[in-house]
Amino acid sequence: MVDLSLKTAAVVKVKPRAGRDAWIMRAFILVIGLYLVVTLAMPLYAMLSKSFNTYYFDLARYEVQINEDGDWGETIDVAALNAASNKYSRDQLRTSSDGRLSIVSMLENFSFRAKTLYRLRNVHASGSFLSGSELVDDTNWHEFTSNEFRRVYLKPVKTTGLDNFRQYFSNPSLFNSIFNSLFIAIVTTIITITLAFTFSYAIARSKMRFKGGFKVIAMAPILVPSLLPGIALVYLFGNQGMLKFLMGDQSIYGPIGIIAGSVFFTFPHAMIIIQTALSISDARLYEASDALGASKTKTFFTVTLPGARYGLISASFVVFNLVITDFGLPKVIGGQFNVLAVDIYKQVIGQQNFEMGAVVSVVLLVPALFAFAIDRIVQKKQVALLSARSVPYQPKRNRNFDRLMFSYAAIIAALIVGTLAICQYAALIKFWPYDLSLSLTNYDFDVMDGGGWGSFYNSLKLAALVAVIGTVAVFTGAYMVEKSQGMQFGRSLFQFLAMLPMAIPGMVLGLAYIFFFNSPNNPLNFIYGTMIILVICTVTHFYTVSHLTALTALKQMDREFESVSASLKQPFYKLFSQVTVPVCLPAILDISIYLFVNAMTTVSALIFLYSPDTTLASIAMLNMDDAGDIAPAAAMGMMIFYANVAARIIHHFLSKRIYSKTQAWRTR
Amino acid sequence: MGARESTPSQSAAPFLRVENLTKMFGTFTALKDISLDVYEGEFVCFLGPSGCGKTTFLRAIAGLDIQTAGVIRQAGKDISPLPPAERDFGIVFQSYALFPNLTVLRNVAYGLENAGKSKSDIKQRVDELLELVGLPDQGNKYPAQLSGGQQQRIALARALATSPGLLLLDEPLSALDAKVRTRLRHEIKALQAKLGITTIMVTHDQEEALTMADRIVVMDHGTIEQVGSPLEIYTEPATLFVADFIGEMNQLKAVSVGKNKLRIGDIEFSCQPRISSGQNGVATIRPEDVVAFEKSRKTSQNVIEVTIREMEFLGSFWRTILTSKKLSDQSITADFSINAVRRLSIEKDRRIRIELPTQALRFYDSQD
Amino acid sequence: MITKITKLARISGAIGVAAFSAALMLSASPAAYAGELTVYTAVEAEDLKKYAAKFNEDHPDITIKWVRDSTGIVTAKLLAEKDNPQADVIWGLAATSLLLMKSEGMLEGYAPKGVELLDSKFVDSSSPPSWVGMDAWVASVCYNTVEAGKAGLSPPKSWKDLLDPMYKGHLIMPNPNSSGTGFLDVSSWLQMFGEEGGWTYMDGLHENIARYTHSGSKPCKLAAAGEIPIGISFAFRGAKSKAKGAPLEIIVPSEGVGWDMEATAIVAGTDNAADAKTLVDWSITKKANEMYNAGYAVVAYPGVAKPVKFFPENLLEKMIDNDFEYAANNRKRILAEWQKRYDGKSDPK
Repeated sequence: MVDLSLKTAAVVKVKPRAGRDAWIMRAFILVIGLYLVVTLAMPLYAMLSKSFNTYYFDLARYEVQINEDGDWGETIDVAALNAASNKYSRDQLRTSSDGRLSIVSMLENFSFRAKTLYRLRNVHASGSFLSGSELVDDTNWHEFTSNEFRRVYLKPVKTTGLDNFRQYFSNPSLFNSIFNSLFIAIVTTIITITLAFTFSYAIARSKMRFKGGFKVIAMAPILVPSLLPGIALVYLFGNQGMLKFLMGDQSIYGPIGIIAGSVFFTFPHAMIIIQTALSISDARLYEASDALGASKTKTFFTVTLPGARYGLISASFVVFNLVITDFGLPKVIGGQFNVLAVDIYKQVIGQQNFEMGAVVSVVLLVPALFAFAIDRIVQKKQVALLSARSVPYQPKRNRNFDRLMFSYAAIIAALIVGTLAICQYAALIKFWPYDLSLSLTNYDFDVMDGGGWGSFYNSLKLAALVAVIGTVAVFTGAYMVEKSQGMQFGRSLFQFLAMLPMAIPGMVLGLAYIFFFNSPNNPLNFIYGTMIILVICTVTHFYTVSHLTALTALKQMDREFESVSASLKQPFYKLFSQVTVPVCLPAILDISIYLFVNAMTTVSALIFLYSPDTTLASIAMLNMDDAGDIAPAAAMGMMIFYANVAARIIHHFLSKRIYSKTQAWRTR
Repeated sequence: MGARESTPSQSAAPFLRVENLTKMFGTFTALKDISLDVYEGEFVCFLGPSGCGKTTFLRAIAGLDIQTAGVIRQAGKDISPLPPAERDFGIVFQSYALFPNLTVLRNVAYGLENAGKSKSDIKQRVDELLELVGLPDQGNKYPAQLSGGQQQRIALARALATSPGLLLLDEPLSALDAKVRTRLRHEIKALQAKLGITTIMVTHDQEEALTMADRIVVMDHGTIEQVGSPLEIYTEPATLFVADFIGEMNQLKAVSVGKNKLRIGDIEFSCQPRISSGQNGVATIRPEDVVAFEKSRKTSQNVIEVTIREMEFLGSFWRTILTSKKLSDQSITADFSINAVRRLSIEKDRRIRIELPTQALRFYDSQD
Repeated sequence: MITKITKLARISGAIGVAAFSAALMLSASPAAYAGELTVYTAVEAEDLKKYAAKFNEDHPDITIKWVRDSTGIVTAKLLAEKDNPQADVIWGLAATSLLLMKSEGMLEGYAPKGVELLDSKFVDSSSPPSWVGMDAWVASVCYNTVEAGKAGLSPPKSWKDLLDPMYKGHLIMPNPNSSGTGFLDVSSWLQMFGEEGGWTYMDGLHENIARYTHSGSKPCKLAAAGEIPIGISFAFRGAKSKAKGAPLEIIVPSEGVGWDMEATAIVAGTDNAADAKTLVDWSITKKANEMYNAGYAVVAYPGVAKPVKFFPENLLEKMIDNDFEYAANNRKRILAEWQKRYDGKSDPK
């Protein structure tokens, strides 16, 4: 009977009917996907298109008449005038939005004393020129004496093309920054990885004392803005530095300073990754190596290093990316050493050349994207290694080795603590180096640039908002993508968008936000200049790592929870709130503290976006340093540090409490 | 399709009717045009090697992976496009999928909440269910504090809480150790019989299927090979695949020489009516069906003289490997009772006569 | 293909933006209302409160929302917001920057009450004027006597003196590309020494410069802190640091010094024109000018200026006859040239 029905049944595709849950989940994915499109894809698109905006003087838009001897001559367009005098080539007529071209420069034998009269008019209403500082954009004839005429300037018109890039690469003072940035990033990467590897090795492979303490100290640099070590370096090695004599003829302002500071702030990032890599290596390999009678050195090169290779590669690219995209440190201590991130700032803030800023941003995107892509590939392999079953290595006691490792770790810890201590000390000195008495005048932020104490409270507010809103958005988004069904394309797109922020340097994101959100055509432009845009930008900037943390936690959940819940006719949000969130709470707390700390310390993306109502501590620090108020900048930096330490401590106790309350099931 | 539908005892309309189900994953066809009826109160097992499509089939019935084409009717209603939440079933997974942060009580009560039931009603029902699965006083523990078998029973209780019309079990026992598994087999079967709930279980373990199922659906490569009672499946395999997959089976190269005749090597045997039409194929017989020839037997049909090549003592019986030139040197595995071995002085290298009984000898087309 | 993507981006953008604005509209703060003015300024942070307080003495009903940043940033911000102005009034921004705004048509011409009382040098030549000056802000050299003594330097008397090789590495000046002070130095040299002479001078000076700072006040603060013996900055900053106890001497080079003025203007398109006019009217009063005089030796209102403590006495007569129009209209060209000459030289050798 089955065979019969088989033949007669027409093959009709089943269209699954989405239940209420599926609709809600799709709506969520759509909303969060849309969030990423609006806060990431579209600003980047706006920035990219800005980099192709070029400006040039369109001489054919102007007509001139000359009266040398009482009679007005024929009407000549200015392009013809230029052709006649052969003054400017096509390339020389390219400029940026605020370029101005003197019209008399194209007149041969021009003298402002001559009695000649001139008339000038715009051929189109869109053309415009300046008479003195007066803007003329009608199409009437305007008459000038020769003395007046020398004060007439033409304004450029906008067009689209690759000229900005051509200009960038033909200007050595600009594209040299590429090599500078790469140089700094590569040297820092080598140093940081070496130091961090040795440190992690000491933690993982020795039986030295105070391991826990060392680990905590090594993490401290994460809690301060990247420019803080720069300030410490000024006090240590600047011209009035306490250790100036160590510098010899070298100046701390420049590559040395940037590298030293970069090593400081990238150290913990590298250490976390390498430590994970070292902690998963298999003890059995060491036993085998021992049994084969291999020497310690041989074991190190044949077992230890290869085992940690993915961690090392991954850490290298993370450090590289952090350094090449960092803005605060080179700004503070870079001196005349130009790097890409600072170039963006200089182009935009200094010269108001937004187009060139966009060009440099695109240039900076290339190595950042590249480093990011490699890191992702390697990370995947590392994960595969992690999930393989292995026996964890237990270090054995070895007096000399332990002592050596202890000394090394102690030196590193001392350097980190010392850097922070210097900043705190400098913040308390009245007037370095002439009045070394202690005072709190440097904490009187309200009489200084950067927004005063208000900026510190703004930062706390921002960090709290980012932690709460960001965690909710990221975790919900990750859940929907991980646990929803169907919409394969949409989910892949979402994944891509969620991974993208990590590859986007903060400066680039911030600039993209100006272009996008400040456009008057953008219905969202009312958020420009508010706390909302800072929150959105920061959440987006730090989306990727949070998203990955959430995904990892969610992947550890049984895939069938959703099926069971659905079969029991319970809505997915019940499962989400009663099971998923409680089980993932440790990860959720990790995400929120990550977002909090980064919102406190970030400078790069927000430097373009803050407003007087939303000044921030980290940016205040930069601005105070910029104005020469270095001690108050150090004071503010330490305030950020203490705030983050407090947040971490609260996080620690909160985690513990929540753990004991909601994770009771973990203990058998 | 070579499947043969055994006639179920029930004459009523099927509780679950699957018609021409096809499921594609991209270009890969996981289920090919499958049809099946399941009757109320039946315990049906989907049995097959991994990758045969049995889990996909189950998930299609649950609405977790909705089929590409075809119709599924439950209790007369077309449920094909419905999401799981709008279907009527309870499900237990291999991983149990117990909510780790909820107590046993809350796990079982999970499906009862938001259904307009009072707290005391829920409590009563949960107690009843825990009683049913034999874990009345474990309610306040967390899943991680229970053994695997206990967790499985809690998962079962949770699935049964809402009194679903259909119980789906996805390899529910395969994560357990052998002893617990055997015990739980009986418990689940007994529970199912007691509740009379229509149940579909996916398993790759034939013993599990044979002991628990009312009917077994043997699947391979996304199609149903045979549907039948455990005995039918075992004794009358519809296809060579089923014959091979269930239990031990000798496979000898053979040629069909008539509806009830086949030839192995030089010798002609009478066999069960053949199903297929091919000439060259395989003759099958289970080792325990081979009969050591006793002098007292008169018949010479299907009798052949063989040499005992190997003998292996397996506790309750002897396993022997037998060969004969006349069978083109193909070997036959045969199991003989200790008693028979003693009585007939079966020893290694001796020649004996055996019978391949007509009712146990079958002919199939070659699979490839 | 590209057009398709663009279209897609636009469509999805429109949808996204619409959805988002709907969601965010509720939480947005209302637009500026009467009684509140958003004022962009580059006036030193420590003076802002005083300015607002003095103004509120006469007009307590108008609240000022300050947007304060360095000249470059405020200018960039204003230009970026050209099509969507956020500011109502600019109060205290370099005239060269305001000229740039004016040439973009961003300023609302307005002749404040009493504008005829001001020194005409401080009023825009258009009628009605697009901007009105407040005070002048004059370049000078901050010289740390202690550090200079350690390095064995003698104080320079003129700009040309700074070319002396003994100052090599002991000199800091602001980068004109990011600092208004830096630009007024450069434009004054070009005006005093002629274009050619100016560049030759800077070529020489560049040899002695240790580094260029982003901000204009930093060189003087660094000199005050002893980070460098000599900082080219502006007099006001020097006077303040000296008042704080820094061993500074403020030197006015003999050739003359560049200057810029801080000025006030109404931003075209303000939705609070009445209050904006009130503020600009007040900003040129005698009272306001007296207030400016606390930090600036030269103010727009004749006869108001009293000597400022530690301010160099001969400063007034040394101020060059600054051609703001030249500075504004040639700004782009000058900065590009400067960058080409000096910014690229900082590469690693």
